[in-house]
Amino acid sequence: MSALKYISIVFKRELKAQFNSMLAYVFIVIFVLLSMSLTFLLDDFFAPNAQDASLEFSFFRWPMWLLMFLAPAVGMRLWAEEQRTGTIELLLTMPISVWHAIVGKFLAALTVITIAILCTFPVVMTVSYLGDPDNGTIWGGYLACIFYGAGALAITCAVSALTRSSVACLIIALSICFGQLLIAIPPVLEYAADNWGGGIADILGSLGTWSHYTEMKRGVVSLANVVFYLSLVGFCLFLTSVVIKSKRA
Amino acid sequence: MISVKNLSKTFGQKLAVDSVSFEVKKGEVLGFLGPNGAGKSTTMRMVTGYLPPTEGEVEIDGINVVDNPIQAKQKIGYLPESAPLYSDMTVSAFLSFTAEIRGKKSIDVEAAIETCFLGPVKNQNIDTLSKGYRHRTCLAQSILHDPEILILDEPTDGLDPNQKQEVRNLIKRMGEDKAIIFSTHILEEVEAACTRAIIIDQGRVVADGTPDQLKGKSKGAGALSVSIKGMAGSGISSEIRSLRDVADVVEVSSDDTSFRGEIHPSKKNNSLSEDVFNLCKDKGLLLEELKIEEGRLDDVFREITVADTKIGESEKSKTEEE
Repeated sequence: MSALKYISIVFKRELKAQFNSMLAYVFIVIFVLLSMSLTFLLDDFFAPNAQDASLEFSFFRWPMWLLMFLAPAVGMRLWAEEQRTGTIELLLTMPISVWHAIVGKFLAALTVITIAILCTFPVVMTVSYLGDPDNGTIWGGYLACIFYGAGALAITCAVSALTRSSVACLIIALSICFGQLLIAIPPVLEYAADNWGGGIADILGSLGTWSHYTEMKRGVVSLANVVFYLSLVGFCLFLTSVVIKSKRA
Repeated sequence: MISVKNLSKTFGQKLAVDSVSFEVKKGEVLGFLGPNGAGKSTTMRMVTGYLPPTEGEVEIDGINVVDNPIQAKQKIGYLPESAPLYSDMTVSAFLSFTAEIRGKKSIDVEAAIETCFLGPVKNQNIDTLSKGYRHRTCLAQSILHDPEILILDEPTDGLDPNQKQEVRNLIKRMGEDKAIIFSTHILEEVEAACTRAIIIDQGRVVADGTPDQLKGKSKGAGALSVSIKGMAGSGISSEIRSLRDVADVVEVSSDDTSFRGEIHPSKKNNSLSEDVFNLCKDKGLLLEELKIEEGRLDDVFREITVADTKIGESEKSKTEEE
């Protein structure tokens, strides 16, 4: 059987497990409700002079903060639960490689996150009805959300392999995602440029998620941004495989 | 089929398995015995490819488990200790998942459900099952693809006596055309189902042989249980003591007209039973019972593993003194 076939078998099981546990529904509903209500209640979306039909400054401001919680919540059980219940022994003695399992599980969790993100479509329909949005910016915003979610999920995946406790995984992954966001926010970058030099500020800016997310939500889906997220995902999944292998060594 | 050569595993400083070697051929059922923490599960995990060995190698039907894990794992069915399962799935969904990974069809799932008597619970969620059913579900996934090699870590743990008997019969039946390793604490199981047994203690193989060979190693093996009438017990006892090759005579019960007890020979494979028979004939005694003890596996197990523990402890205290 091909690697894709093995990945898809693991993917299907994991996706069913996500929805069987009802947690996936809870996460999706919470994400959709919060992202909508934050947009309509906290932002100036309905202000008379608002000109944000492309949602860049209203709706797409929030998913990054929400996904910082949602991705670790969806991904925390991926490996922690397998280790706690001992099913990892069953999974890894089946004729599949560790990579098939890692990728299958990651994609299943990413699917849940993507469904949550796409379930916010009513807001796009609303602006399309009310105004004349720039569809490129909206697509950019959605891509930014999915890429950011994938990065946060990959971090969660690596942390999940380290621990048997889902709660510990949630807290650690959340802290890492928050830290990665903070190191690239404008005040931190200004402080770094003033005190440690521009080089350090550039490194922080490129490692942090803030600038990549904000650029993409403006509709700037540059190669650098895509490469950043893909490298983050690749590195974290590689780390996951190293942790899983080293735990058995 | 299964070839294990000088297999060792260390966890940090601790040597869990120490240069273990054995082979299991098709048609053999190998019983894996040993006290808790002896290294049985670690050895089995290395054979299944779950744990990489620190040293040594495992070959499954000529395929090296470390070099070609996927090909090797295709040939193995494995029941891990404590039978882990995905609790959020139903029995049949779980078995379909494992069947799909192993390239099998729903007909194989149905067959496994039938073999392991899971019919009544096949649509039930695994987290609602009793321990016995959980164990059998995990056993079902291990035999579903009709593997050439079966590794079963305590397959009868948590089952009731009837279920234990069913599983033993299943192992015995499957052992006719497969190579099977199974670990257990229950020594009667080894006698009931195994063609060969290994006793492992402190990571080392301390005994290897057929159940009969192992039983023959026990101190009680070869002793005679006798019941003789026609003379005072003390008299019979002293007559027996005067025979050649008698190391000890243990009286169980005796009175003025009879003797019942055990005769321990000084060396095994002698003709002591004949001598006792002739003694009774010559003295006109009635030999009511004469039985040659085969030895008991649990005696061997205790003698080997306890002795080994004591050696280990004395070595440890010597090191501490130094």
